[in-house]
Amino acid sequence: MASHYEAPIRKPLITGEKSYHDITVDVAAPVEGKANKLWWTVFIISLLAFLWGLGAIIYTIGTGIGVWGLNKTVGWAWDITNFVWWVGIGHAGTLISAVLLLFRQKWRMGINRSAEAMTIFSVVQAGLFPVIHMGRVWNAHFVLPLPNQFGTLWTNFNSPLLWDVFAISTYLSVSLVFWWTGLLPDFAMLRDRAVKPFQKKIYSLVSFGWTGRAKDWQRFEEVSLVLAGLATPLVLSVHTIVSFDFATSVIPGWHTTIFPPYFVAGAVFSGFAMVNTLLIIMRKVSNLEAYITKGHIELMNIVIMITGSIVGCAYITELFIAWYSGVEYEQYAFLNRATGPYWWAYLLMMSCNVFSPQFMWFKKLRSSIMFSFIISIVVNIGMWFERFVIIVTSLHRDYLPSSWTMFSPTFVDIGIYVGTIGFFFVLFLLYARTFPVIAQAEVKSILKSSGENYKKYRDENGPNPAPSVPVKAKKVKETVKEVVEAPKENISDNTNSLMGSIGVFDTKTQTPDDLKQISGVGPKLEKTLNSIGIYSFDQVSKMSEKEYDLLDSLLTTFKGRAKRDDWAGQAKNLKNNG
Amino acid sequence: MSSKVIQAMYNDDDVLMSAVKEVRAANHHIEEVYTPFPVHGLEKAMGLKDTRIAITAFIYGCIGFSFAVWLMNYIMIENWPQDIGGKPSFTFLQNMPAFVPVMFEMTVFFAAHLMVITFYMRSKLWPFKKAENPDPRTTDDMFVMEVAVEGNENELVSFLENTGTVEIKVTEKH
Repeated sequence: MASHYEAPIRKPLITGEKSYHDITVDVAAPVEGKANKLWWTVFIISLLAFLWGLGAIIYTIGTGIGVWGLNKTVGWAWDITNFVWWVGIGHAGTLISAVLLLFRQKWRMGINRSAEAMTIFSVVQAGLFPVIHMGRVWNAHFVLPLPNQFGTLWTNFNSPLLWDVFAISTYLSVSLVFWWTGLLPDFAMLRDRAVKPFQKKIYSLVSFGWTGRAKDWQRFEEVSLVLAGLATPLVLSVHTIVSFDFATSVIPGWHTTIFPPYFVAGAVFSGFAMVNTLLIIMRKVSNLEAYITKGHIELMNIVIMITGSIVGCAYITELFIAWYSGVEYEQYAFLNRATGPYWWAYLLMMSCNVFSPQFMWFKKLRSSIMFSFIISIVVNIGMWFERFVIIVTSLHRDYLPSSWTMFSPTFVDIGIYVGTIGFFFVLFLLYARTFPVIAQAEVKSILKSSGENYKKYRDENGPNPAPSVPVKAKKVKETVKEVVEAPKENISDNTNSLMGSIGVFDTKTQTPDDLKQISGVGPKLEKTLNSIGIYSFDQVSKMSEKEYDLLDSLLTTFKGRAKRDDWAGQAKNLKNNG
Repeated sequence: MSSKVIQAMYNDDDVLMSAVKEVRAANHHIEEVYTPFPVHGLEKAMGLKDTRIAITAFIYGCIGFSFAVWLMNYIMIENWPQDIGGKPSFTFLQNMPAFVPVMFEMTVFFAAHLMVITFYMRSKLWPFKKAENPDPRTTDDMFVMEVAVEGNENELVSFLENTGTVEIKVTEKH
């Protein structure tokens, strides 16, 4: 197939012998299965952290932001640090889904769904901080240009803080729509697999009745492409505008023209680190190693290395420009950062952000899962300190030496920060259990070009993995109901022993179940099963290792499917629900 | 109006593609094709027209941009001009650089959201909409081609059987 050609030098993006149906089963498995103990443990911890944060937020709103560690010199500290940190993390999702789509990078398909989810959840956390920082949150709508009782009192469109309102809300809403549109076919897949009525209802609702017509797909692809085209400048604009919050001021250390590109690179840097943190765990827990491969992690590490180096260049440029400008205030701001009382924060920032990504030059290190995970955590910490350094060290020694002071956070500051981390993980953990965490429709579309088995077939004369086409098509009549045939007289030994352990079904007295409800069983297989003598969920639910083997010996096709799809488990559910 | 269609099911996208081409070459009318993922080149093989949704996005973007220009001019220049930080609001052109971020964001906001709404309306996607795929397996690993029955039904069925289909169903379309 020339149309699916991909250069043999490119590593497979889907490893193992996967078929289209396997992808469906693998992506649906975390949603259809039950949560394990680890999930519940992490979820409860996150929930507790979230509740602590909620308490801290309520306390802040009830009492006023005086409960934070801010003072008259340091008017911005953890709140804005956390805001910028979360917004930065929120950049990787759109970058992966939009920029990599425009560059036709197929490897984005394994990770874009989760990266976008992460984007949305972290922008939600980011948005919380400016809102709480307003103090009187019930007046939050004042940031919108709404007609009001004061006649001509409008918002100030010259202010970068207002630009931020527009940038963040556009970013959040467009990312959400981008994400949801991509989710529709995958929700539809879950809907069509759902067995229980409640799940069926929910996934029908959220899939918006997605049907998969050729015209819908044509529009879907066009919409994705245009949204990617719109989201690419959007994602660059968001952190640019966040950096304007500082760069348009006259504070030494903030008033820097290099800020927009430097912030964007930093955002991509921290965002990819967070994607790595989350996906390294998720691919393991949800058994998605075939789709989020080592190759994916390696590529993300390369992005981390490049953006980390850009950030490093920006740090050095800042220092140089401060010296070269000849402005002593500017020079002192940077001298104070490196050698003043906050030297330890500066050192942390430098070592975490500039030095640690340089290890990724070594192939051995960047393809090590454990090492990537550690570096991703290190980068997350480093990027938090970068924002802390920029904000607090530039403020704490201002133009008036008599008001020089230090900042120390209160338990409320810490509570809100930890609370947002908890909230973020609560959302992400719920997402991991209810959403299709891999864009399975898109992954299916690259299976033939980038699947390991298809690549072997093309490049190394391996077996053809494409499903075989039967010589004679099966004809299904809509109106006439299929007559259930009685089990054949000449039953072989294997059939006898299979029937012996799962029980014989009497077609005259009992009514057969619709075996097609078991995922993996189609009309053809159902007929085969009936001819063996299997008619009810009750029979299927009794199957175990031995019975699966017996069944395989009786089948000519679909061997091994019963065990792979866990028919017994499914049938048990169906039996109890039916 | 109720008409008879034949639904031929395929288990492979390449087989489907060649089947679509054969059916078209034999001058049968393909009503619809349902696929679990975007099959590239399918819309061309089926003879579907290009979608115009990107053009609507451009128009929506222009509307968003114009709205932002009007809004900035009305609020900052006409309705209550202020002198902020020693930069008086005399004319739109002179103050425009400060409005660029908001003008850009509004352009993107309008283009993205209105385009997606248009897509949902045109493809009939919204909450509580019932799915209309003929078989639940079409979101998993099966491809269904729906061919309108005109003339001899049996002839068409046997023709389709030779296109590599795995299952064939004759049904009424509502």
